[in-house]
Amino acid sequence: MLSPGEQSLAPDFEYIGGDRPQLKLRGAWVVTSLANVDASLRTLAQEHPDIALAEIDLSELDAIDTAGAYLIDRALRGFAPGEPMRVGAAAEAAALLDQARSLATQEEQAPPVAEEAHGIVDLLERTGRNAEHLWAEALETLSFLGATIVAISTVVWRPTKMRWTALVSVMEDAGLDAVPIIAFLSFFVGMVVAFIGATTLAQFGATIFVVELVGFGVLRELGGVLVAIIIAGRTNSAFTAQIGAMKMRQEIDAMDTLGLDPMRVIVAPRVLAMMIMVPVLTFIGMLTAIAGGMTVGWLVLEINPTVFFNRMQDTVPIDQFWIGMSKAPVFGLAIALIGCRQGLEVGGSVQSLGHHTTKSVVQALFAIIVIDALFAIFYMEMGI
Amino acid sequence: MSDLAIRVRGLKTAYGTHVVHENLDLDVRKGEVIGVIGPSGCGKSVLLRAIVGLKEPAAGEVSVFGEDVIHLQSEDHAALQRLWGIMFQDGALFSNLTVRENVMVPMKEHTNLPLRLMKELADQKIRMSGLETWAGRKYPSDLSGGMRKRAALARSMALDPPLLFLDEPTAGLDPITAAGFDQLIRDLQKSLGLTVFLVTHDVDTLAVTCDRIAVLGEKRTIAVGTMDELRREPHPWIQDYFGGPRGRGAIMGAG
Repeated sequence: MLSPGEQSLAPDFEYIGGDRPQLKLRGAWVVTSLANVDASLRTLAQEHPDIALAEIDLSELDAIDTAGAYLIDRALRGFAPGEPMRVGAAAEAAALLDQARSLATQEEQAPPVAEEAHGIVDLLERTGRNAEHLWAEALETLSFLGATIVAISTVVWRPTKMRWTALVSVMEDAGLDAVPIIAFLSFFVGMVVAFIGATTLAQFGATIFVVELVGFGVLRELGGVLVAIIIAGRTNSAFTAQIGAMKMRQEIDAMDTLGLDPMRVIVAPRVLAMMIMVPVLTFIGMLTAIAGGMTVGWLVLEINPTVFFNRMQDTVPIDQFWIGMSKAPVFGLAIALIGCRQGLEVGGSVQSLGHHTTKSVVQALFAIIVIDALFAIFYMEMGI
Repeated sequence: MSDLAIRVRGLKTAYGTHVVHENLDLDVRKGEVIGVIGPSGCGKSVLLRAIVGLKEPAAGEVSVFGEDVIHLQSEDHAALQRLWGIMFQDGALFSNLTVRENVMVPMKEHTNLPLRLMKELADQKIRMSGLETWAGRKYPSDLSGGMRKRAALARSMALDPPLLFLDEPTAGLDPITAAGFDQLIRDLQKSLGLTVFLVTHDVDTLAVTCDRIAVLGEKRTIAVGTMDELRREPHPWIQDYFGGPRGRGAIMGAG
């Protein structure tokens, strides 16, 4: 055997025809140097399919490993059946060649792999499948909602069954720790809304209406939706990744067998925590967004904060605040449900974890927009 | 160049304030199978990680084939990596690739073989590790634990490395499969002249495959020697290990 680092000759072979056809091998037949002989050796046997090799000369072989042995054996199998005589084979080389032969005789038993088609019909078929899948997903999410409600209601009857520590910990991770980013982003969105109003309203000399714009816009729609979207990106993905990793490491299975219901232990605390914390965050978001609007009003439009507040109290009814707040727990519920459900759907592979985390965030954003639209229709019909 | 494959001198590894090894010496000769045993948590796997450069030691030196592993430049390190294959405790197969693609990863990285030959060689390696060829088309998550171990072995041998690290190769396998695995390691070692660094708890594996055995404990190497030599060691843990019912059975089976 060659020791590492030692230089050796490239593998080479010579076919000598005649009465006693023989194959002479030279050089180091090791995996790193086989690229050149592969093709020529493949054609060699095809050129002489009827010839039974009489002799194979291994005396000038410098080194051989399992890959080299495979290649030689493949070449030998290409010739007409017969056992060529080995000349000058070292014990190691002989053992490797024997091993390669014994492995080669294990027949290929694999069932043929179905190729994925890419025609127009298949495109239609995939579209149909996806549409059906979408419907199934919606149903599954609803049934998950049912299971969660059952889990939470058992907690209501027996509060000792609730994982209070987990609840508080999730409230801190997903709620308290999100306050800075919520406050920061809401402040800027408030500023942007005020600026939009400022440029348009200034044309009519009605810049004071910025107060209404910020008040209605932030309280009724933007505050809640913005917070929900941030939480969907921040917490929803975290839930899916956490639970998915637990699923991959069979922790969920372990819980099941220990008599711990994952719905109660994992899902219920997260859902409750989000239903509590999303409204709190929404409240904070609304405050900072109004502060952002007020800052623009004060610095750019010369609307004094006192005037801003007075006008807001006069013209923006408190109903608008409650409309915004009423959506928050529903958003929280949707985010937590989707995050947990996708986490529990994760299979064994890393790919599936990534797939479900993506799906989780996409579904959560979708759900937020749809729920917001439904609320808008509802409140419009109510005439508020 | 000496005839040592691995040389560890004065190794100290620590996680935070928890010291795993202190002043640990170990020599592995070329072409031998060395078994590393020791009580759970004594740092067998950490030693393996330190040798292959995954865990940076706090002190000491580690060289593999005469190359200092710790202070190696990245190109030299890549060259050294071609010389060893590692089989991790739970396989560590890439779960987004099929078994065959897993075996092809080192070939793609370190050789310029044509794709078709790579596939054929990968299939060969898969059969060599005792799996059927069709297993190569499956994903690791579709395989049983024992099959995953075999697939991991196939990947570690993809480049026929002269040095093979095996971390508990037979743990969790049924005795018949484990015996087959032992035989496989022994056969490969013989035909390729491999050096094998074997971390194990399995006394049967030790008895069948190992030329020498190193016992870790008390943060260092307690003893190194053949099985017979170790059985004469007075150290209480070694006595318990080989004198216990499992140890005696394995020795009788091998003898």
